[in-house]
Amino acid sequence: MANDPRFDYALHLADNALVLAQRLGAWVGHAPELEEDLGLANLALDLLGQARLCYAYAAEIEGRGRTEDDFAYFRDEDEFRNCLLCEQPNGDFGHTIARHFYFSAYQQALYTALAAGPDARFAEIAAQGLRETRYHVRYSANWLVRLGDGTAESHARAQAAVDTLWPYVHELFESAAVDRAASAFAPAPESLRSAFERTLEATLAEATLRMPSDDWQPRGGKDGRHSEHLSYLLAEMQSLARAHPGARW
Amino acid sequence: MVSVPASTSPTAGEVWRVIAGVCDPELPFLPLVDLGVVRDVDVAHDRVTVTLTPTYTGCPANEWIARLLREALTDAGVSTIEIRTQLNPPWTTDWITPHGRALLGQHGIVPPLLTRHHHHDANPVGCPTCGSGDVERVSEFGATPCKSLYKCRACREPFEAFKCI
Repeated sequence: MANDPRFDYALHLADNALVLAQRLGAWVGHAPELEEDLGLANLALDLLGQARLCYAYAAEIEGRGRTEDDFAYFRDEDEFRNCLLCEQPNGDFGHTIARHFYFSAYQQALYTALAAGPDARFAEIAAQGLRETRYHVRYSANWLVRLGDGTAESHARAQAAVDTLWPYVHELFESAAVDRAASAFAPAPESLRSAFERTLEATLAEATLRMPSDDWQPRGGKDGRHSEHLSYLLAEMQSLARAHPGARW
Repeated sequence: MVSVPASTSPTAGEVWRVIAGVCDPELPFLPLVDLGVVRDVDVAHDRVTVTLTPTYTGCPANEWIARLLREALTDAGVSTIEIRTQLNPPWTTDWITPHGRALLGQHGIVPPLLTRHHHHDANPVGCPTCGSGDVERVSEFGATPCKSLYKCRACREPFEAFKCI
């Protein structure tokens, strides 16, 4: 049944992971070093795996025979419930790292809470995801420190990346309709912020980067109101499946 | 090859023996049983159900593993096969058997420490070529999700180590 709050919440978790995985996948063949090519592809694969588990759960809850592929390829932009942060463009390597650090530090706090939560399926997905997410936090924090505490050029770019993406962090920790409906089994996003900020402050200090200042706080992704970037991402991701429905290779 | 006598239900022991011959496609010397991903085998009438726990959620080998098991069981004469996935409790490298750890080491991949001995900032490994502890992590991620890349500062050889999760 589609008005089950677990359905919307599963799609929200899955969309975050899928959209960010698609962004990271665009680095394959373009990363600064072979090791980072592998690293970013591995981060993308982890997220894709988490997305698939959540879509599969959504499909089971709905019970109308839709599949993971239906959710990924045959929904339009306004049906996606990912946070705006995940759809922001890759930018330079520093932007990709800053985006990933913000997201994985948030996801680590979220999965920690969900893994101890009352919904058994979300708990097992989160427990498995948490093992992966810890690596994501380490990887992106290590890079943020190398870039921030590196050359003058890498420091300036890392600071610009951290500043540019900061506005999109607020939405992660604000309750939207999908969170309020999920209050029986999922943590309030606001409750995750202190754990996130501890990780953030320690990492920025080590990276010799300034805390960004609060200013613009865009939101709406969790309600299906997205930035201009998502439609281009979806067009690229979905065009093949829509042009050749059911194609296999 | 182990085969199951036609027209009788296989026993769980026979199924385990068939499965014991199936290796991980990306670590082709390592039996799945030693990787610790086979949770359970259940035989009910003619139906064999094998329960797997994936190493990483997005590991591309997950579907390949299921296919290899299905093929091995089909070749052994099992007609109705179900491959189930169970996430809970999540897979941990602690489930790699002592035999599996030895196989990894023989193939130049440093086996994972037990998670209770692991603390993530330490380089948990020695060089598989010269044994030196003076090693450096080059990348958190190797050619597969389950491994990291290292190099040895003493003998300069690169090598892979299994991540501890």
